Amino acid sequence: MTPWHWAWAMALGLRVRLLLAFALLGVTTTAVVASGSYFQARTVILQQAQDAAVASLTDELSKVYPIVSLPPNQEELDMLAQRLSDREGDAVVRYGDLWAQSVVNESDVLTPELRQEVAGGRIAWQRVDRHGKHLLLIGTQLRFDRSDGTSVPSGVEVYSVRSLDSEQQSIDRLAMLAWVTGGLSLILAVLLALLAARGVLRPVRELGRAARRLGEGDLSTRLTVRGVDELADVARTFNDTAGTLERQVGELRRMEADARRFVADVSHELRTPLAAMTAVTDVLDEEADRLPGDAGQAARLVSQETQNLTQLVNDLIEVSRFDSGTARLALDDVDVAAAVNATLRLRRWADRVETDLPSGVIARLDPRRLDVIVANLVGNAFRHGHEPVSVRLRAEPDWITIEVADHGPGLDPEVLPHVFDRFYKADTARTRSEGSGLGLAIAWENARLHRHAGQPGSLVAGNTPDCGAVFTLRLPRVASETVDAGGVR
Amino acid sequence: MPQVLLIEDHQTVRDGLQLALTRQGHSVVAVATGEQGLERLQTAASDVVVLDLMLPGMDGFEVCRRIRQQGDLPIIMLTARNDDMDVVAGLEAGADDYVVKPVQARVLEARIRAVLRRTGGDSRRPGPERPGLHQHGALTIDRAALVVSKDGAPVSLAPTELRLLLELSHTPGQVLSRQQLLEAVWEHGYLGDSRLVDACVQRLRAKIEDEPSAPVYIQTVRGFGYRFGPL
Repeated sequence: MTPWHWAWAMALGLRVRLLLAFALLGVTTTAVVASGSYFQARTVILQQAQDAAVASLTDELSKVYPIVSLPPNQEELDMLAQRLSDREGDAVVRYGDLWAQSVVNESDVLTPELRQEVAGGRIAWQRVDRHGKHLLLIGTQLRFDRSDGTSVPSGVEVYSVRSLDSEQQSIDRLAMLAWVTGGLSLILAVLLALLAARGVLRPVRELGRAARRLGEGDLSTRLTVRGVDELADVARTFNDTAGTLERQVGELRRMEADARRFVADVSHELRTPLAAMTAVTDVLDEEADRLPGDAGQAARLVSQETQNLTQLVNDLIEVSRFDSGTARLALDDVDVAAAVNATLRLRRWADRVETDLPSGVIARLDPRRLDVIVANLVGNAFRHGHEPVSVRLRAEPDWITIEVADHGPGLDPEVLPHVFDRFYKADTARTRSEGSGLGLAIAWENARLHRHAGQPGSLVAGNTPDCGAVFTLRLPRVASETVDAGGVR
Repeated sequence: MPQVLLIEDHQTVRDGLQLALTRQGHSVVAVATGEQGLERLQTAASDVVVLDLMLPGMDGFEVCRRIRQQGDLPIIMLTARNDDMDVVAGLEAGADDYVVKPVQARVLEARIRAVLRRTGGDSRRPGPERPGLHQHGALTIDRAALVVSKDGAPVSLAPTELRLLLELSHTPGQVLSRQQLLEAVWEHGYLGDSRLVDACVQRLRAKIEDEPSAPVYIQTVRGFGYRFGPL
C-alpha cells in the first residue's frame, strides 16, 4: 500500500472500511451464485423447450409420413402445413419455390443458415428474435421412401415456428429473482457490517474515551472487560497499565505529601523556640549598646538572625499553606492606589519610588496579600536593580495591573523561567540576609490565589525595552474565594 | 501599672514574654493553663489578658468565652500563623485583637496599649466623642460616661465593641471603610486584618440590634464598609 492509499484508507475510518468490505463480499458472493444459477436454469429451460418442440415435430411428421409422390403440389403442401400447425406453433412447408404456411407471412423468419442446414438433410434449430418475440425455429426434410425400402431426403422442408415467450418469461422471472436476491444480500451485508462495526467500534470508542480521561489525570479510569477476544485483551492491558500508573503516581504523591508535611511540621516545631527567642530580641537590642565590645555585637547578631530565622520559618509555613490548599483570602474592598502607597510608606520607600497610581481604582481583594506582593516586588527591585524604581497601576474593566520596574541590568534570559522558584538564587554569591529565598514564590502564589471567573491572577517577570526588570502583577477587580491553592512550583 | 495576665503553656515563650513585657513597664502574671488563668481572675483583677489559643486542657476559645461571660476584660489572642480558622473562631469567641506568634515584644506591647486605651478608664486617647447623651432610636449612648443602653436597659459592651459603636455613631449615615475603622479603633497601621472589624460588628449587632440578621443601627454597605443608621 502506498502512503497515499494508506492515508486514504485511514481517512475513511474503520466503520466505512468495514461497510465497504462487507458490501463487496456480499455483492460478489450473490453475483456469483445468482448468475451461476440463472445461466444454468436458462439453459435447462431452453433445452427442454427445444427438445419438446423437436419431439413434437418428429411425432407429427411420422403421421404424415411417408410422402406418396414427388413433386408435391401446392394443395399437398398447404394440407401438410395445416396438419403440422397446432396451438403451440405454426408450420412452414417448402418445396423448391412452392411454399405453404399455416399463418400468413412467416417465411421471412427463416434464416439462410437454418435453411442451409435443413437442405443438408439434418434436423436443425435456431432461436431468433422477431418483432420483439422470442421464437424457436426447427427445420427438417421429409424423407421419401423408395420402393426398395430405403428412404432419401425428399426436398420437402418442414419448419416449425414456436413462440418462446412463456419460457422467456420464466427466464425473466429468474433474472428478477437474482437481482432481488442480490439486493437483499447487499442490504443484509450492510446491516451485518453495521452490526460488526458497532461491536468492534464500541470497545474502541470506549478505549479512546478512557485513554482521554486517563490523560486528563483521572487515574482511576478502568474499562469493563467483555468476552475473551483481542479487544478484551486490549481492555485488560489498558486496565493493568492504568492500575500501575495509578499506584506509581499515588506513591509519588504520597512521598511528595510526606515531604511537604515534613517541612510544615519542622516549621511548626521551630516556631515555639523562635517565639521565645523573638519575645526577647527587643531586650537584646536594647541591652546591646550597653554591653561591652564582643558581647554587644553577639547580642545584635543573635537578635538579627532570630528575626531572619523567624521570617524564613514564617515563609515556609506560608508556602506549606499554599501547598496544602489551606491558604484563604480575606477579601476587602480596597482603594488600590491607597493600598500601594501605604505599603511604600510603611517601609519608608515612598520617597524612592516613582509612582503612577490613578486614584479611585477600587478592587475587592486581600489587602494583606497585596501588601506582601508589592513589598516583595519593590524590595526585590531595590536589591537587584538600580533606582529609579517605578510602580504603575492600570485598571481594566475586570482586572487591575500593577507594574514594578527598575533600571538595573535586567533579568538574564536563563534566570527568567526560574525567578519564581523556591530558594532560587540567580547569584550564588548572594548572602542569605537578603531574604528567605521564598519571597517571589510566595508573591506568585498570592497572585494566583485571587481568582475571577475561574481565572487566576498572575505574576509575570520580564525585561523592559530600555533594560531593567519588570514584574507585572495582574489581579481581578472582584476576586473570589478559592479552594484551589493554585499550582505548585 | 497595667496588670497583664499571660496564659501560655510553653514555658520558654511564657518566660520570654513575661521578661519583655515586664521591662516595658507592665505587671505580668504568667500562668500555664486556662484553668489557672480563670482561677487567677477570680482572685485578682487584671487589665488585659494575653491568651494563647493552643492550650492543654481547656482551650483558648473556651477560656475566651468564659472571660467574656464574666465581663468586658480586653483579650488579645496569640495565634499560630497557619491557623486562619483560629483567628476567626477566636474573634467570634470575643477576643478584641490578635497577634501572630512568633511576636516581637514591642508589637505585643503596642497592641496591649491600644486595647487599654479603648477601655473606659483610659481618658488619654483623644477620640471623636462629643460628650453628652445621644439618642438613636431605642439606643441611648452616653458619650461622657461611656454607657450604652437600649430601651432604658444598660447594654454590656466589651471595650472594643464600645469604641467601634462610638466611632460609627459619631457620624451617623456616613460610611466608614474597614481600614478606616481598623486605624481608628484598633490603631493598626494600614492593612490590618479586616476580619477584626467584621467579627466585632457581628458581636455588636448581637447585642444592640433587634434582629441581628437585618441590622438597623450598624448597616453593611457592600463594597464600601459600615455605616451607623440612618434610622
